[in-house]
Amino acid sequence: MQKLSLFTKCLIIFVVLWVFLRFFIGGVWSVPLPASVISMYLGLILLAILVHVSVEDDRFREFLRPVKETLADDSRRTRRTVLFVLIPLVMLGFTFSKVSTKADPPAALRTAHPAPPDELTYRDKVIGSTQEVENPFRHLEKDDKEAFKVHVDNGRRVYYQNCFYCHGDDLDGEGHFAHGFNPPPANFQDPGIIPNFQESFFFWRISKGGPGLPPAATPWDSAMPVWEDHLTEEEIWDVILFLSEYTGYRPRTFSEAEH
Amino acid sequence: MYLTKHSSMNQSKNRLYLFLGLLAIYLLLTVATVFAQDVTDTEYRPFPKIGSRSAAWIAAQLHLLFGSFILGVPMFAVVIEFVGMKTKDKRYDKMAQEFIKLCMGAFSTTALMGGVLVFILIWCYPKVMNKMTGIFGPTMIFYVFLFFGETFTLYLYSYGWDRMQGRVSKLWHLFLGVLLNIFGTAIMFVSNAWLTYQTSPAIMGPKPEHKAIPLHDESGQFIGTLWQAVNNYTWMPVNIHRLIGNVAFGGAIVGAYAAFRFLAAKTQEDKAHYDWMGYTGNFIALCGLIPLPFAGYWLGREIYMFNQTMGINMMGSLFSWLFIIQAVMIGVLFIGANYYLWSGMTRIAGGEIYTRFRPYMIAIIVLSIAIWMTPRTLILSPKEIAAMGGPNHPLVGLFGLMTAKNTVVNIIILTTFLSFLFYRRSGKTPTVGWGKAGNIIIAAIFGSAVAAIVTIGIVGFKVATGFRVNVLTPVQVLIALAVMILVAAIDLVMYRKAMRSSEINWGQMTDRSQYVLILLAITFTSLMGLMGYARSGLREAWHIFGVMPDTSPDAYTPLLADAVNVIAIIIVIFFALVGFIFWLGLWGDKKKEGPPPVEAEASTGDD
Repeated sequence: MQKLSLFTKCLIIFVVLWVFLRFFIGGVWSVPLPASVISMYLGLILLAILVHVSVEDDRFREFLRPVKETLADDSRRTRRTVLFVLIPLVMLGFTFSKVSTKADPPAALRTAHPAPPDELTYRDKVIGSTQEVENPFRHLEKDDKEAFKVHVDNGRRVYYQNCFYCHGDDLDGEGHFAHGFNPPPANFQDPGIIPNFQESFFFWRISKGGPGLPPAATPWDSAMPVWEDHLTEEEIWDVILFLSEYTGYRPRTFSEAEH
Repeated sequence: MYLTKHSSMNQSKNRLYLFLGLLAIYLLLTVATVFAQDVTDTEYRPFPKIGSRSAAWIAAQLHLLFGSFILGVPMFAVVIEFVGMKTKDKRYDKMAQEFIKLCMGAFSTTALMGGVLVFILIWCYPKVMNKMTGIFGPTMIFYVFLFFGETFTLYLYSYGWDRMQGRVSKLWHLFLGVLLNIFGTAIMFVSNAWLTYQTSPAIMGPKPEHKAIPLHDESGQFIGTLWQAVNNYTWMPVNIHRLIGNVAFGGAIVGAYAAFRFLAAKTQEDKAHYDWMGYTGNFIALCGLIPLPFAGYWLGREIYMFNQTMGINMMGSLFSWLFIIQAVMIGVLFIGANYYLWSGMTRIAGGEIYTRFRPYMIAIIVLSIAIWMTPRTLILSPKEIAAMGGPNHPLVGLFGLMTAKNTVVNIIILTTFLSFLFYRRSGKTPTVGWGKAGNIIIAAIFGSAVAAIVTIGIVGFKVATGFRVNVLTPVQVLIALAVMILVAAIDLVMYRKAMRSSEINWGQMTDRSQYVLILLAITFTSLMGLMGYARSGLREAWHIFGVMPDTSPDAYTPLLADAVNVIAIIIVIFFALVGFIFWLGLWGDKKKEGPPPVEAEASTGDD
């Protein structure tokens, strides 16, 4: 059996890794990977292959040999002809797939999180600086466990009366209405949501909802209602305590002493 | 035939002169209308055509790039000169002198760009400058003194190089080098105070909260002291980040210069010399690059501590995609630096025994970079969101979080350090009896460190952010630093009296590796442009954050594409100017040397 050339080996590695990403990780192991991520990873794989084959001159020559033969060697005329027909056809197909009219909206680049204003307000009342305002009932966690539990239970009630339709009964963003929204509602079980923000941030997001999102990094797509029109200040702080208690994630603080 | 050719050349020359003349008249008329405007107490004056913001942006970034180069180069030039003095090896001295010559070329351009920037600021933003000079006036006078000090020290250091070669005068010359660095660093610290104050006009409150204490009252009146304005919230993190960044950038630019000279070299001797210089440049760039992410992380943390909104804008909102581009760029830097080291091993007989590890090291670096550059918010079509069941992928979605990114950065750094270790060992055989045991210990240190870093990274997903930021991440960094120090110490002892099976064949490098050096310099420059924009843009519509609003027509955050276009223009201008300085070096040498020698012996440098 003829030994495989370095070029062919690299091509096989590339295709195998594509299959691994597309069908194994994005199918067998987990849910499908988005095309943007697969393209990014394939770009890196290609770079890794090129780095490996081009460090030494001998290896690079060996890698390029089949390419040069295909382009110049008389014995490779058939391969050359097939490739010269095939490559433009593939490019044509690719171009067509990109420019043809589709019913689906295209993939969008969006930012992860809106930035809150410097000043935290409830309706028209100024509460204080977003950086410094703390949940007024958080201290009860240490000072009065019973009173803390009352607030968490109140937060649970508020959540299941108002929020779970979208954010889900397990707080995982899988509520009844969730699939009607793009992007879907926040998944509080995701480790990137609660630990990354202060409680004042959540107060702002809940109280002001989608209409209160900042002009920076627009357009924001959020169906979140303006909850300060429906909930009291205490109810909003309580529901934040519940989110944290239920998921086990602690909101961010900026004190070095806080662990 | 000759006449026809001659007259056609004349015609094209005339056309060129006509075109240049018309262009000059057009520019004069355009600028004149603007300068003929009202010069009374106005808040803003528009810069013609490109707008005030773009004009100030381009001038500031070019000034900063050249400034970074001329501050970074003397730092390692003086160290190299010291090494040359200690080892009595003239080649080190020659290389350090060559570095300083490049610095001289760039020095006047830095000053020129600084002047252009000041003129633009005074003309376009008189009220802002009035406010800034009102607070920082005394530091500006101090700056002038420092600038004189730096200029004359640089002149003495450069022009006195050949004269001050005696035993005692060499020490004085080294002292001048140190003094030059002190002046340079002080200049940077002073100017950093101005720009960091614009970002964070507050001081740090007492521990443990470190709350920001504003330096202005409700009406925007400055109520602090000059020192408080200087020592503002982000001053020291920016100082340290830039100090290290200057070394890395300086190393990368001299590496690119060496690559340019290597590619243009006609003799083997020149090739060997510039190969060695390129290696040194890359080594210096790597020395700066390795601690740079740690310093950047500290700066990011301080920005969050100063103002949460600014922090979220930086990492999660308005500027978050810049940090994905940054990850790609840093990925290119690490892959490029490793590629160069691996290429370097091909010029040492005996280096090939480490080739078998290379595919694994490439895989580790590329996998780590893949994790680093995976965005928190993926680019998704509605169909993909539906297929994934949400906007975050259950597996790769985790890569978007800082705990994953901090973990892989440490692993990339350790892998790069391993590449350097292999490079250092190439062509050498240890003579100590415990060589095998030493290798096992080193492997165990690396293995356990990687395991510990990864475990901490996984734990980071479950703990409170404050604990992760203040404890877990610094522990990861300390582990990586401890490994590098410990392994370097063991390796030094192990290979102190090693048998050298072959010399380094300087000059026997592929052209590809030289283009990688140039790519590294371009990538460093692009990174500085991008991050410079992020640092400045974070203020959004404020000249001084939270104190002095920007009410000019330019008070908007440009689209990422527009920002990148401006940065690309800056990079092109910078490299055109740097290319001219490189060419001057080549031209001057040609004039000095006369015709190139027919045959020359290759020099053999040391690693």
